[in-house]
Amino acid sequence: MRRYGGFLVLVALVVLAPIVFPGNYFVTVVGVTIAFNALIAVGLNLLMGYTGQISLGHAAFFGIGAYSSGLLTTLMGWNAWLALLAGLLAAWLVAEMIARPILRLKGHYLAMATLGFGIIINILMVQPTHITGGPDGLADIPTLTLFGWAIDSDIRWYGVATGVMLLGVWLALNLINSRIGLALRAVHGSEVGAQMMGVDIERIKVRVFVVSALFAALAGSLFAHQQGFISPDSFSFHFSIELVVMVVLGGMASTYGAVFGAAVLTLLPETLVVFEEYEVLILGAIMMGIMIFLPQGLWVSLSQKVKQIIASNRSTTNPSAIS
Amino acid sequence: MGEVFLQSLITGVTVGSAYALVGLGFAIIFNASDVVNFAQGEFVMIGAMSAVSLLAVGLPFVVAIGFALLITVAIGMMLEKFAIEPAKSATVVSTIIITIGASIFLRGAALLIWGKNFHSLPAFSGEIPIHLGSATLTPQSLWVMGVTALMVLLVRSFFKRTVTGKAILACSANPMAASLMGIPVRRMMLFSYGLSAFLGGVAGVLIAPIAFTSYDAGMMLGLKGFAAAILGGLGNPMGAVAGGVVLGVLESLGAGLISSGYKDAIAFIILLLVLFFKPQGLFGRAGSDRV
Amino acid sequence: MMNNTLKALLSGMVLLLSCATAQAGSEIKLGTFLAVTGPASFLGDPELKTLQMYVEKINREGGVNGRQIKLFHYDTGANPKKAVNFVKRLIKKDRVDLIVGGSTSGTTMAVIPLVEAAKLPFISMAGSVKIIDPVKKWVFKTPHTDKMAAQKIFLDMNKRGIKKVGMISGSGGFGKSGRGQVLALAPEYGIEIVADESYGKKDTDMTAQLSKIRAANPEAILNFGFGSGPAIVTKNIGQLGITLPLYQSHGVASKKYIEMSGASAEGVRLPAASLLVANKLPDSDPQKKVILAYKTAYEAQHGAVSTFGGHGYDALFLAVEAIKRAGSTDKEAVRTEIEKTRNFIGAGGVFNMSPKDHLGLGLDAFKMLEIKNGDWSIVE
Repeated sequence: MRRYGGFLVLVALVVLAPIVFPGNYFVTVVGVTIAFNALIAVGLNLLMGYTGQISLGHAAFFGIGAYSSGLLTTLMGWNAWLALLAGLLAAWLVAEMIARPILRLKGHYLAMATLGFGIIINILMVQPTHITGGPDGLADIPTLTLFGWAIDSDIRWYGVATGVMLLGVWLALNLINSRIGLALRAVHGSEVGAQMMGVDIERIKVRVFVVSALFAALAGSLFAHQQGFISPDSFSFHFSIELVVMVVLGGMASTYGAVFGAAVLTLLPETLVVFEEYEVLILGAIMMGIMIFLPQGLWVSLSQKVKQIIASNRSTTNPSAIS
Repeated sequence: MGEVFLQSLITGVTVGSAYALVGLGFAIIFNASDVVNFAQGEFVMIGAMSAVSLLAVGLPFVVAIGFALLITVAIGMMLEKFAIEPAKSATVVSTIIITIGASIFLRGAALLIWGKNFHSLPAFSGEIPIHLGSATLTPQSLWVMGVTALMVLLVRSFFKRTVTGKAILACSANPMAASLMGIPVRRMMLFSYGLSAFLGGVAGVLIAPIAFTSYDAGMMLGLKGFAAAILGGLGNPMGAVAGGVVLGVLESLGAGLISSGYKDAIAFIILLLVLFFKPQGLFGRAGSDRV
Repeated sequence: MMNNTLKALLSGMVLLLSCATAQAGSEIKLGTFLAVTGPASFLGDPELKTLQMYVEKINREGGVNGRQIKLFHYDTGANPKKAVNFVKRLIKKDRVDLIVGGSTSGTTMAVIPLVEAAKLPFISMAGSVKIIDPVKKWVFKTPHTDKMAAQKIFLDMNKRGIKKVGMISGSGGFGKSGRGQVLALAPEYGIEIVADESYGKKDTDMTAQLSKIRAANPEAILNFGFGSGPAIVTKNIGQLGITLPLYQSHGVASKKYIEMSGASAEGVRLPAASLLVANKLPDSDPQKKVILAYKTAYEAQHGAVSTFGGHGYDALFLAVEAIKRAGSTDKEAVRTEIEKTRNFIGAGGVFNMSPKDHLGLGLDAFKMLEIKNGDWSIVE
């Protein structure tokens, strides 16, 4: 129970938000974007937070999912769910293919390689205009139908997006608490050390990389159907960076932190619109500020504070409760 | 095809020289502090944009460029002082985010100060092209290549021959030991950021007459410079220079001989292949892993 | 003295009157989403400035049908994902009566399903012909299409007897879309595209592509693109000593292009709106009065005018005129009135909309210009 207390709180938040604020733009519209971003961030956090590997190219997997769904449904007339599966398959294949050579790289070399991979995939979306629609994008992507029930309103999309996001969080939590999770933490601590303990590091790193790619591709497929239109700008280097910022902003190695980071970074531009031209400046300052002063991330630092306060309250009211 | 090859080569070396200067900046900062500074490209932009403004105010060309470089160096040092130093114990990922944050911040500031228009600097010595067979070369290209070569030689002998240069290398090898030896590590760090900002500013001023500049011109050059530094092997200044020239030539030959639409893809695929086969870059040394 | 008192009295009355009329109806909510920052800011920036300037002016003069206009605006940074959310925000949160905006084709295409579903009149300021072809019930646009630009260029090439063209285009939305139109239309005009090269948004040098084009032996070079790219192309052509005629698209239609390209810009031809040559138009030209007034007003506040701001001007006044004729902001009525627009003289040309044509501009809205002595001149 205690293990999943946080998860229940998250479920309650997700369910209550549209009831308390019915039809609110920030819940039903921005909420969907947050859910997609959170799903990717939770996956990326598995990679970054638990294996200590960075990826500056995860927008590519998001894009592979989105373009698979978009192209297969519009050009080939596939069933949307089949296309979604094909998108996952494509992301899985690509991730399997590049994971081994890329994950052999360390630190900044890995950053460069993933960044380069993201840029290559983006160019593949831009250049073959006759297939992908090029920079003008791919339009008229049909919406999803679930048991004969078209997901065509914001609130329905809210349900689907947050549902999938919660599923992703649940999976991630289970993965972390499993034997693989233990091995993962060993890898993060010290690769050589873990290897000596008999952990097949390379295989685990590759697996986690693939899982995080699948999370992103799933979000991408859903995103394509929700938007009805996709273009390469949504899957650029900038978005890869944003994803990394979401993970780090929340606090690495914290699944809830990733969700929180995704929420903050998605809401930030929406609220910064009032600052107009200062928006870019403020965004940069916030990124720097948080990393300098709260290197553990916003979520982890905040939750530690809260725990401290609770603990000190308890100790004052009931000193014997400490044990 | 011969003339296309020659022209692409000339262009590649010119553009590659700019990448080399930016890459050199990456290498210097990495050597001093183990930080990959993603705001390196913004130095290029700040150098060029400051020179444009100072020139517009009516300062003589050389004076304007001098002051522009001073401004860039000051901003580089401020970056170290206010963003890198306070985050001393930051991890690789945190420093990446901090410097990306800094680059976004500087771009935002440039947007407010200089607006969105793109600007140009006059070419240093006219625009009458020099003919090399069927290919042509602008005097500005010569300036870019020449000044880059000069900077590279200066930086090289600085690290090899001066006490300060050696002190910086010592800081990077072992900061604790260096400070015990009485080397002012902090000041060396500040100096490295200043030097690398200076190199970025030089690149900006050199390339602005060819490629123009605007508040968002730094991003792309920063990425290319990073790629150059990685290609050459991080922490190897001369490797970064070679990496920059190689990258520029690859792009340009890719555009001229294969496909201009896919030229960046070609360059990055080759970069990935190099990393797959030589995970430490072309001229990098294998490091040891922590246990 | 007397004069001043009269003025004060008059302005007081106007103020009272406008207060009274403002209360007569609630305000008109006009939504807009533009690429004010980011790679397409040279589109969004003058568009927004134009909208703000004229909304303020209209309100000062008593509003539309006695109602003040309230402008809701969001900056998309040319990102379609942001555009989708902001348009949802305009529709759901701000509950606007109609939308003008969408600086780029990408952001416009992204929001079309939304405005169609919401049944909201939408006038786009983006270039691509795909926006209005096929016609969508609620979607209109003001800028000339890339298709028109290609046609105008080909007509001029036909006149000069040019048959083989080397093309270079930007890899952004504008360049790619224009490239598609050029490739599709060339055979109709008996023109062969002998080279097809491209460059990236922030590329610094295009001599490699241009020497490849030169090797293909074209009779002219055509560049579709915007931003700093076309200026670099122009300079590089000069450096390479290529003396072939150079055609640019309407994407470079600002003084900045001539300034950046320097001497190499001499002799470059491009199709552009009359706005660029407002002073050189004959007095008989129906557009002259309107565009001179816009140019003067804009330049008094913001510096050199560009045709892009003109798209904003046209979108705003197409909407305002339609609301006036409809007598309300009833969405269906306003939509019908926009569609019925006849002889509306705007910055981009004379608009004649119909159920089959949601742009309403003919090829004559473009003038073929040539750069001479660092300034635009009309080719006839």
